[in-house]
Amino acid sequence: MSNINIVKAGEQGVVVDFGDVIDPGVNARVHRLAQQISGKMPDEILELVPTYRSLMVYFDPLRISREALTDKIRLFLDSDAESGEKVDTATVVSIPVCYGGEFGPDLEFVASHNKLSVEEVVEIHTSRAYQVYMLGFTPGFPYLGGMSDRIAAPRLAQPRVVIPAGSIGIAGSQTGIYPIQSPGGWQLIGRTPLQLFNPGSADPFLFAAGNYLRFTAINAGTFQEILCQVESGSYKPVTGTVKQGEDAACAL
Amino acid sequence: MCTVIKPGMLTTVQDRGRTGYRAFGMPVSGVMDRYAATMANILAGNEPGAAVLEMTMLGGTFRFPNETYLAVCGADMQGTLNGKKIQNWSAFYVPANSELSFGYAVNGCRSYIAFYGGIEVPKVMGSRSTYTRAGIGGFDGRALKADDVIEIGKAGEMPCAPRALSYHHLPKYGNEVRLRVIPGPQDGLFTAEGLQSLFSKSFTVSSRNDRMGVLLEGPTVEHASGADIISDALSAGAIQVPGDGHPIVMMADCQTTGGYAKIGFVIGPDLSRLAQAKAGDSVTFVECSDQEAVAALAAESAAYEKTAVGVSHGPLGGAPVKGAAASKEV
Repeated sequence: MSNINIVKAGEQGVVVDFGDVIDPGVNARVHRLAQQISGKMPDEILELVPTYRSLMVYFDPLRISREALTDKIRLFLDSDAESGEKVDTATVVSIPVCYGGEFGPDLEFVASHNKLSVEEVVEIHTSRAYQVYMLGFTPGFPYLGGMSDRIAAPRLAQPRVVIPAGSIGIAGSQTGIYPIQSPGGWQLIGRTPLQLFNPGSADPFLFAAGNYLRFTAINAGTFQEILCQVESGSYKPVTGTVKQGEDAACAL
Repeated sequence: MCTVIKPGMLTTVQDRGRTGYRAFGMPVSGVMDRYAATMANILAGNEPGAAVLEMTMLGGTFRFPNETYLAVCGADMQGTLNGKKIQNWSAFYVPANSELSFGYAVNGCRSYIAFYGGIEVPKVMGSRSTYTRAGIGGFDGRALKADDVIEIGKAGEMPCAPRALSYHHLPKYGNEVRLRVIPGPQDGLFTAEGLQSLFSKSFTVSSRNDRMGVLLEGPTVEHASGADIISDALSAGAIQVPGDGHPIVMMADCQTTGGYAKIGFVIGPDLSRLAQAKAGDSVTFVECSDQEAVAALAAESAAYEKTAVGVSHGPLGGAPVKGAAASKEV
């Protein structure tokens, strides 16, 4: 556990950083620590936010000092015996995407940056299932692991002010979907007609961390058809199952 | 009950925000200036975290068919009650058939109206705060418009006597804002020159700023090797520095995670003053220790408690000033 850093994030934040990688094993340790702390959550802890490779612990500094909190976290880390890989079944959700054009204004940049055709970028992007490592940025935004480095692209130096809901983006070797209209710095390659966040619903989020999802290319006509079904509430997402940690390429 | 005659530039219902959902990517929202909003609630005889109206730059005009009691705190928007000037940072009785009207902020940027009894809009995910980007919370998930009718909660016998905040507790809104910063979590990703720029130079508030973040122009803050990190968690106060080197201070509606290196966090008590900064105002940063930040938090709490001592009557005005008391469910 010597590679774990505990660092400051303002007067009411502690970041437990497990390493600078996107890796299923590292992510599993983040979620394990979150479960340990939330299972015995002292009143002093306000909120936990697990990410790819770190756990943010928000605390009340008028009720516990950073030093005392850090000591408690170290105790959890020390007691975390290395357990074997646990294999569970995960849900795979199919995400229809219309790539390029007005829906994906950066698709051509991503292609030329990687010396590929746009068709090759779409083929690579749709060729595998992605694990939902965390939700963040905006309500229901899934951060996904496992994208091919062959279609990686840098973030925009200056973020866009407005990105439409449903936009699919690439940043570095990550890919994700913008659930609501927001600013953002990712390269946009397409858009889905699905709704990722619905606060009026009993189940407001389309995904949970631990799900997988798979992008499927559709044309503009199908996009409009599905959009109408989503708006009328008649669309049922296409789902399958997969064993966690396995290649989910054939799951749908 | 309150009818909106003119909504102002951006007027929303806010409380202390939607906590507990950051792990799902749900921003906290809530008041931008918690000091002014909390003082408004205390003066109005409410719990400190009750829902208030937050007005931005240009205030609105409101009509009250029934008598009410309210407090106005924050930016001075030249408020008038039935044409007569009101005192900012004070609470007062409003007779039936009154009109409360505001103009442009002559100092600061955001002004708060707390009604005795609080604002009765349904809670969404535990909060009455408006999060306009997702269209949820507050009044139909949006900023107020003309002809909207806002329900005010009932809270027993209404206070009548006017109250004003002690001058000891009045903040000063100038055109220069000094913010205390705790470095980290990624201050190691900046060059020594970059860190020195942050703490020695003066930045200018850009016109591109909103409830999500305040963009700063002027000097650039140099990264050691690129601005991108693997996205991790952040909250209001985080200073992200994108590739162009211009810092962005995250505010109430900020996202829960981000992918630009964070050089530090502005401490909570100082964010209230940044919330009152306008485009063109200057911002400087000074490094701060945990001890200093905790002392500032304690001083903020003490100011609330001292103010509450003078107004401890009515069903919402009593004990629950300490800590984050939630307002009552509808």
